[in-house]
Formats: sequence, structure tokens, C-alpha cells
Amino acid sequence: MAVNGAVTWLRRAEEIDGYDLSASDSEEVHVLAVDDSLVDRKVIERLLKITSCKVTAVDSGRRALQFLGLDEEKEANGFDGLKVDLIITDYCMPGMTGYELLKKVKESSAFREIPVVIMSSENVIARIDRCLEEGAEDFIVKPVKLSDVKRIIDYMTTDFREGEERRRGINKRKLRD
Amino acid sequence: MDRNPMRRQLAIMRQSLFDQGYLDEQFIELEQLQDDANPNFVEEVVTLYYRDSARLILNIQHALERKPFDFNKLDGYMHQFKGSSSSIGANKVKAESTLFREYCRSANAEGCMRAFQQLKKEYATLRKKLEAYFQLARQTGPLETATRPK
Repeated sequence: MAVNGAVTWLRRAEEIDGYDLSASDSEEVHVLAVDDSLVDRKVIERLLKITSCKVTAVDSGRRALQFLGLDEEKEANGFDGLKVDLIITDYCMPGMTGYELLKKVKESSAFREIPVVIMSSENVIARIDRCLEEGAEDFIVKPVKLSDVKRIIDYMTTDFREGEERRRGINKRKLRD
Repeated sequence: MDRNPMRRQLAIMRQSLFDQGYLDEQFIELEQLQDDANPNFVEEVVTLYYRDSARLILNIQHALERKPFDFNKLDGYMHQFKGSSSSIGANKVKAESTLFREYCRSANAEGCMRAFQQLKKEYATLRKKLEAYFQLARQTGPLETATRPK
């Protein structure tokens, strides 16, 4: 059963010590991107697609919460909806800021496990600290570059893979011969 | 050195946009996102930028017609405008946006109006140059196409 925030993906077939870890666990990382800027949404979408992620881009914190809410409803009905693996959000947005969205996500029992990354054009230490303290995974200074996105996705994948290896222990499947 | 004269011209055009400070490295970042499946990505983003930012320019224009100035509102609009400009690598436009915001913060009405005029000039100049560049690029094929493993 897929649970929001529980990462159950591998982007492509990986070989580690001759064992194929992809098999049926293959799924794309699903990223919810939140930005009120049309231009920035187009760019972040492209950056994430290049990094082999599935992307849902919304223009406000409110819509992001709605999207997550819909997800939950679907799962409650037994339908394995599009669970979100990562939220990447702009900080400065009208209405709900990225910081407020971060807080709402981290306060919710259903979604607090979803890593949240904040993007901001302003490189203010106090702001960065505040976000990290509130549970943000990382902070990207805009304009966003491919290396920023790659770093985050690679970090998340590595984190997961190490966890999976520990969990699987000696139960590794042999590569097909 | 590219033997094709049109491609040479395209390369020269492109280089001068950087040399003269119209574009910065963020534009190159966007070029890296183009591939065979998405060969016109940069042009698409730039087109979107000009369409979308026109609205902001108009809002700022209208706000500058209402005295006294609401510097907070003006700064807000310019923050958004600067963000998009920065995302496409519009270096000079971004610099003018920064100047405008400084005048907002020091509540300098004259400064704001001057900076806005200058900003509109740079914005229009960049548009013309990029239109010419993309038109030539469409004829010759893109110079930079990232090839990524599938």
C-alpha cells in the first residue's frame, strides 16, 4: 500500500553488486511543484522531467493542499492515487507563503513525512534557518539550476536506497541470467 | 569553427548577447535543458516571459499613474517581475528591476519613474534581440543541444 511520503521508487534499473533492485518497485518520483510564477513553473517542470520525475505544478499553497487532500481521499477509497514524494515550493507567494505551506504540511499527520524543499530569490540566512527549523529538507536560491534539482533528487534516492539495502539485508534478488 | 556562415552568424549573435550583458549564465542553464525532444524550450520560456510580464509592466504603469505612489505595491510587482527576468537570464532587465526596488524602498518617486523608463527600454531591446536570435536559430538549427542518456 502506498503511503504519502514513503518512498517506493527507483528511477531506472540499478545494479549493485550484480543484483537487480528495480523489478516491480520501479516508479517515478512524483514531485509537487508550487510557484505563483508561470515562467518559474515552466522551468521547474522541465528541470524535474529531465531528472526523470513525474511533476504536478500548481500556482498556490492553497492548490497544493487541495491536491494533497484529493490524494488522501483517493487512498481512503482504496485507490492508489498519485502519492507525492517531494514538495518543492517558492517562498514568496501571495496568499499562503511557502513557509506557511511548509508548516501546514509538517503539522499534518498524513503528510509530514513528505520532504519539502523551499526556493527563494532572496538568500537570507534568517529565512533559510527558519525554514530548516520548521522541517524543510533543503533550500534553493533562485534562479533554480539543473544541478540544484539533481542534487536534491540524487540525495533523496541515495537516502532511500541505503534504507532499502538495510531493510532487504540478505534478501536480494539475483540478476536475471 | 563552424563553416556554415549562418551558424557562424548565430554563434556571434549569441556571444554578443552575453558580452554586452543582455544575458547571463541562467540563459545557458535554460539552453542545457533543450534536447531533440524539446528543441525550442528556451524560445518557449522567453515567449512565455514576455507574455506574462506584459501584465506586470501594465500594472506598474497604472500604479505609477496614481499619486501618491503605493511603494509597497510597486515593490511587490517589481519583485515578481524581477523573479521572472532572473529566471530567463535577462541580466540588464534584472539590474533595472533591482534599481527600481531600491527607489521603492527609499520612497523615491522620481527615481522610480526614471528607473521604470530605463527598464522598459532594456526590456524592449532584449525582446528585439532575442526575436532576431530565435528567428535565425530556427533557420539554422540550435547551436547548443544537450544530449542526455535516455
